[in-house]
Amino acid sequence: MKTSLAINGEVHNLDADSRTTLLDALRDHFDLTGTKKGCDHGQCGACTVIVNGRRINSCLSLACMHDGDEITTIEGIGQPGNLSDLQAAFVKHDGFQCGYCTPGQICSATAMLQEVKDGWPSHVSKSLGGDYDLTPEEISERMSGNLCRCAAYPNIVDAIRDAAGAGK
Amino acid sequence: MRPFDYIRATDPAHASTQAADGAVIIAGGTNLLDLMKLEVMAPDALVDINRLNLKQITKHDGGLRIGALVTNSDLAADKTVRADYPALSMALLAGASGQLRNKATTGGNLLQRTRCYYFYDTAMPCNKREPGTGCRAMDGATRLHAILGTSEHCVASHPSDMAVAMQMLDAMVEVQSPDGAVRQIPLSDFYRLPGDTPHIETVLHPGDLITAVILPKAPIGRQTYRKVRDRASYAFAVVSVAARVQMDGKNIGDVGLAFGGIGSRPWRDMACEQALIDQPATKETFARAADILLKDAAPRRDNAFKVPLTRRTLIATLTELCGKDTA
Repeated sequence: MKTSLAINGEVHNLDADSRTTLLDALRDHFDLTGTKKGCDHGQCGACTVIVNGRRINSCLSLACMHDGDEITTIEGIGQPGNLSDLQAAFVKHDGFQCGYCTPGQICSATAMLQEVKDGWPSHVSKSLGGDYDLTPEEISERMSGNLCRCAAYPNIVDAIRDAAGAGK
Repeated sequence: MRPFDYIRATDPAHASTQAADGAVIIAGGTNLLDLMKLEVMAPDALVDINRLNLKQITKHDGGLRIGALVTNSDLAADKTVRADYPALSMALLAGASGQLRNKATTGGNLLQRTRCYYFYDTAMPCNKREPGTGCRAMDGATRLHAILGTSEHCVASHPSDMAVAMQMLDAMVEVQSPDGAVRQIPLSDFYRLPGDTPHIETVLHPGDLITAVILPKAPIGRQTYRKVRDRASYAFAVVSVAARVQMDGKNIGDVGLAFGGIGSRPWRDMACEQALIDQPATKETFARAADILLKDAAPRRDNAFKVPLTRRTLIATLTELCGKDTA
């Protein structure tokens, strides 16, 4: 199945078995191994990437379904020496231990902060109105699709709060 | 995952024709691909409908027409839904994770499969996965399973939160068949009880394509969605209640209720609602309605707790909704 993907601003062509997930295409065909395979069933969030501005689990999507889509992976968010605010905040707050979930956490949080800017409510928002304080409770709820088996959660929440403030 | 042919649908008729020939329709794929990886489902062909023009939310006959490909995120954040159908936003936001809601669609959410552990485990018999093989849940782990609408062949619960809110809101499902005909099915008639054919879950025919969900004019009064689960986030309902109440002085003027986590399908009981209408909004009234709802409950080993939990959840939900209105 021939597919064309715009990954981190660069067009990549793929001709692979239709079973190839977006995750496997990124890692095995384009050597973008920053995106991690955890559970491979949409439960852990390690494979989170941003597709057309939205965060998704790349393990639960077929590459061939994304012909023409714009995909941002952790490699496209920042590089050593040129970190995004969130990446810098994760370093500053020690928002990891083993680091395996971190690319997914950062891709997820990057898109999550945009969802907040767009006025999307969450399950714990006080109202469905549209103006939300990014409290630790809000961050935990909005990031519940990203697991950290080292349980670095307090520092992840601190990093996201810090970066959200820095972006304002 | 077993090999399959991938077909990209060019229009609804194309999708419908391919589906009539045996292809399985894929939209968000968050449930289907999971099941294919486990080989619980092994279709020979997938027809991808993501490029079809079914992504709009539009005003419709005083209500709302929600395209089948509207994502759960977009539906939850839609300004009209938040203002006029808040129980639907709340139900969607109580389900899955941010990533999954961005991919999962309205039509796909309705057609998601049960999360029964035995349905997912291909080493186990399952009447839903392989008709006639038996049901290991009967004497097995049943914490997530149904207590209403079950049969001796299947005790699986329907996992959706969204469908529960839509059921309470009297939604209609718009369906296009391979001959191009479009029809509307009340969501209350959409799901079949398991009976002796638990593998047949809806009234859809081969080749039917869900094109939209239609909500009637927004009901007057207050709405909510209350979900009880084993984790604070990203977990299926143990019990959930979608509710709307319109007060008439101290009495309940009108009410709508639907339940998740306890039924073989999103559960609605009109007798339970009738027991509330024109009655004083008291705990006694609420308890009487709970008695009616649960009179045929058939719990198994692990889910007998759902009977008192459903009762308490219903009473708490009605107390919250009626209390605010009378205050």
